[in-house]
Amino acid sequence: MEHLKQLVTEGLDAVVQAADEAALDQVRVQYLGKKGELTQQLKSLGKLSAEERPAAGAKINEAKQQVQDAITIKRTMMAANALSKQLAIESIDVTLPGRGQTIGGLHPVTMTIERIQDFFAQIGFSVAKGPEIEDDYHNFEALNIPAHHPARAMHDTFYFGDGTLLRTHTSGVQVRTMEKQQPPIRIICPGRVYRCDSDQTHSPMFHQVEGLLVDDNISFADLKGILHNFLNVFFERDLQVRFRPSYFPFTEPSIEVDIGYQGEDGEQKWLEVLGCGMVHPKVFEHSGIDTEQYTGFAFGMGVERLAMLRYGVKDLRMFFENDLRFLAQFS
Amino acid sequence: MKFSEQWLRDWVNPAMSSDELIAQITLAGLEVDGVESAAGEFSGVIVGEIVHIQQHPDADKLRVCQVSDGSTETQVVCGAPNARVGIKVAFATVGAVLPGNFKIKKAKLRQQESFGMLCSAAELEISEENDGIMELEADAPVGIDVRDYLNLNDKIIDVDLTPNRGDCLSIAGLAREVGVLNSADVTAPECTELAPQIEDTFPVRVSAPEHCPRFLGRVLNNIDITKTSPLWLQEKLRRCDVRSVDPVVDVTNYILLEMGQPMHAYDLDKVNGSIIVRMASQGETLTLLDGQSVELTNETLVIADNEGVLGIAGIMGGADTGVNVGTHNVFLEAAFFNPISIAGKARNYGLHTDASHRFERGVDYDLQRKAMDRATMLLQSIVGGEAGPIVEQASVEHLPSLATVTLRKARLEALLAYKIADQQVLDILTRLGLTLVSSNDEGWSFTAPSWRFDIAIEADLVEEVARVFGYNNLPSTSPVASMEIPAKPEVERSLSILRRHMVSRGYQEAITYSMVEPGLLAKFDDQNKPVELVNPISADMAVMRTSLWPGLVKSLQHNQNRQQSRVRLFETGQRFIPSDQGLQQQDVFAGLIYGSRDPESWHGKAQSVDYFDAKGDLETLLGMSGQEFSFEAAHHLALHPGQSAVIKLNGAPVGYMGAMHPGLVKDLGLLGPVYLFEVDLASISLGVLPAYQSLSKFPEMRRDLAIVLDQTISVATVTHYVESSAGEWLNAVRLFDVYQGQGIESGQKSLALGLTWQHPERTLTDEEVNQWVEQVVDHLSKHAGASLRG
Repeated sequence: MEHLKQLVTEGLDAVVQAADEAALDQVRVQYLGKKGELTQQLKSLGKLSAEERPAAGAKINEAKQQVQDAITIKRTMMAANALSKQLAIESIDVTLPGRGQTIGGLHPVTMTIERIQDFFAQIGFSVAKGPEIEDDYHNFEALNIPAHHPARAMHDTFYFGDGTLLRTHTSGVQVRTMEKQQPPIRIICPGRVYRCDSDQTHSPMFHQVEGLLVDDNISFADLKGILHNFLNVFFERDLQVRFRPSYFPFTEPSIEVDIGYQGEDGEQKWLEVLGCGMVHPKVFEHSGIDTEQYTGFAFGMGVERLAMLRYGVKDLRMFFENDLRFLAQFS
Repeated sequence: MKFSEQWLRDWVNPAMSSDELIAQITLAGLEVDGVESAAGEFSGVIVGEIVHIQQHPDADKLRVCQVSDGSTETQVVCGAPNARVGIKVAFATVGAVLPGNFKIKKAKLRQQESFGMLCSAAELEISEENDGIMELEADAPVGIDVRDYLNLNDKIIDVDLTPNRGDCLSIAGLAREVGVLNSADVTAPECTELAPQIEDTFPVRVSAPEHCPRFLGRVLNNIDITKTSPLWLQEKLRRCDVRSVDPVVDVTNYILLEMGQPMHAYDLDKVNGSIIVRMASQGETLTLLDGQSVELTNETLVIADNEGVLGIAGIMGGADTGVNVGTHNVFLEAAFFNPISIAGKARNYGLHTDASHRFERGVDYDLQRKAMDRATMLLQSIVGGEAGPIVEQASVEHLPSLATVTLRKARLEALLAYKIADQQVLDILTRLGLTLVSSNDEGWSFTAPSWRFDIAIEADLVEEVARVFGYNNLPSTSPVASMEIPAKPEVERSLSILRRHMVSRGYQEAITYSMVEPGLLAKFDDQNKPVELVNPISADMAVMRTSLWPGLVKSLQHNQNRQQSRVRLFETGQRFIPSDQGLQQQDVFAGLIYGSRDPESWHGKAQSVDYFDAKGDLETLLGMSGQEFSFEAAHHLALHPGQSAVIKLNGAPVGYMGAMHPGLVKDLGLLGPVYLFEVDLASISLGVLPAYQSLSKFPEMRRDLAIVLDQTISVATVTHYVESSAGEWLNAVRLFDVYQGQGIESGQKSLALGLTWQHPERTLTDEEVNQWVEQVVDHLSKHAGASLRG
């Protein structure tokens, strides 16, 4: 048994000496293999009496286990070392840019329209579309703007030779919707509109979002409530809002909505952001809607104007130059 | 319309500041666009009188004046040519501060002492006039402050009136409105009926009474046109943005501003026989007061005499019969023209006048007699003369009818979601000039006043009550509505999703004008004749686009000119295609790529985009719909003949894509290559509802084939042959190599195809699969001349 101790010491030493996986395996074979030196010790048990055998066997197994444990620990250590070496080699500069496309971006006009749509979709408005080349009836007549009405002079209309025109507002979609559908109606109509006018604050083409709500018992108070709520949500602020009487032939009462802000001189200033009103009974009559049963309101807003306010764009013309340096700012 | 606040306050003077007044009328729907002072900021300027004047001894252009302030005389050196003894002047004394913080000090001009300055109107910022010093009225009280004398502590308020409020286009109308808003009394200037001093009249015949229901005329003889309008009158006109011309024109303008009644004065000696109000004959000509000559249409109402047209009714008079320095006798006109008859007419002649602006919107049809008397009296006080009796031609049946409008209390309350006290409703409407005809428990009936052309139905009354009550004083609520969920088909691909898809592939969304330059468009489309605008804003926006490509290419150009080396743009919008079924307004989705495939980076050398980059992007977009699109080689005017494809859905073309034609790239001065695509939005906005198919539990079998065939045979054709000959259980055909070059004969190409089969219910045998491979090889050989690559 003195020999056994000696063997264990030698074995453990050999484990320590083993420089790599192969050497370690060799140590295992040498001591623990079928013909390994410690395994061989079990054969010597035959020489012992039946009473002595269990204790001696246990000692040998214990010795084997001792060497086995040392090998296992050493192997785990070696694997861990190898892995950390590998990982060190595989290190990269994680700050290098990734491969492939960078993200593009939506046009700020689209972003603004989608925000407006999203708000109204939450309260049950659906999107309606209409033609951009419109007839006189839907752009003017049906909206209570007969020929020679002074309001037509404010519209600076583009005409085609056949009596059609480029819509000056998206309000025609109201009429087209009401022709097809009875109340309740809750629609929002975004789109391009055209006016024969061009300078820093006017573009021959721009975008509007028109909205229409027709139902039983819709009141002026509902109009005020929804639009004030909308403006607060759109600008993400508790805004001061005022409702100012105005005139659109297709609504009555007609209102322009101003938002309040503090001017540079500290004075309270007001900025017009949208037009609205209760749908004019004549518009209902043109579209076959019972003016006694139903009431409703309509509103319209200039998308570029809202986008300019929201994002701080100063020149309307920027929206249609499609300069990548401009567009990329909205990505 | 610009007006003087002081003038308004002469009529109605609520106890509030200018700012409060401005806010109040703005919130009543009379929107104030701007406010300016009637004069610059200055002080220390008094009325002085030049009592003595002598030439400056050392300066030709200067004179030495003695100016009296009523008690003392002060020496002032002055260079104005109109300085003379006896005139009253604006005298800035030493210590005065003129606009621009210019302080007046004692000075010496060429050795002559000067204690102050005589001011021009421009120096006081009263007007632009700068020819000499300002001459005040002879009766101006010497010594008083010029600001007080000229009432200069006044504001000029510019109010932007909506077209329905023609009744406010006068001091009287504005005063009425302010009176209602403040429940204040309005005092009009005293105006009595004028007794004629002579019997002279001039014949008037109205042959178009439906257009001119009322026409009043009066003769005024022996006037002295050499008189000038008094300063107060000139000042009132100036503050309303009207230039002083001569007393006759000034008085007619004054009446227009004060009462809202446009008037006209004719040089009576130049009018032949009689005044006739009639429609013009087609082609009649007239030289207008502003000198321009117009050819009239027969839809134009004119004022004529026995020989020809004198003026366009309600718009502008003619040059020949206008009042001038030689005028002795005048004929004054005050008429009511039907708004419908005047509306749009001025615009047809490229005109817009103060008169047409008012007649189009409606002038009080009961105002003419009062206006005529007030004008006559005012005019006589300046130029003298004798007035004849008023001659009136009126056609009562053509005057606007007094509509009776009912306002139901319940309707008012329901619309406003608020109960305004009955007494307040009545007070608002009667102060506005409406007449209560009847009332009961349910409501009231009113007739509208002669100056309101915008009150015809109940909603008009609701608006008036709400407006005066104040929109901001009415409640605000959230509507209560049914929560029914609108239908939304699952297969609909919203534009929003499609757009975001392209954004994630590196595209920027563009928005280009729908109107394009015809020449540029013709380079992209020679199939469709675009619709043309009658009144384009410029030649490069003259027609409606039939393709989005010209706009995108222009945007590319803009960016290339700004050193952008990589451009990826898309746009969605309508194109306008004329067809036998009428104009088609089609929504399309278009894109453009140019420059390097990937953003400039460290991953090796930049490669230029090619056809397959564009196609890959487009395929993923088309793939959003889940429908099967096919690409076929095609020709397109704007595309490279060897790199262009028509995109088809169920055999019908839905778009084009390809390399922009190198000739066109060069022609437009662009850098290429550029790749374009455009597809009908409708073809990609409907997807397919997924329908589950059970998954096979059995293994897939794969065979790879390398074939050699003529290079002109398309992969689409080969795939078709494979699919039609590979048996029932073919799963997929994948192309994994295309090769031309060494080892392959010129004119041939090699394709490597991976075919997989799978059976839903059993494992396929090698024998079966080998047999299908043989079938495929035979079929390809027979139909495409393909052979297995050795």
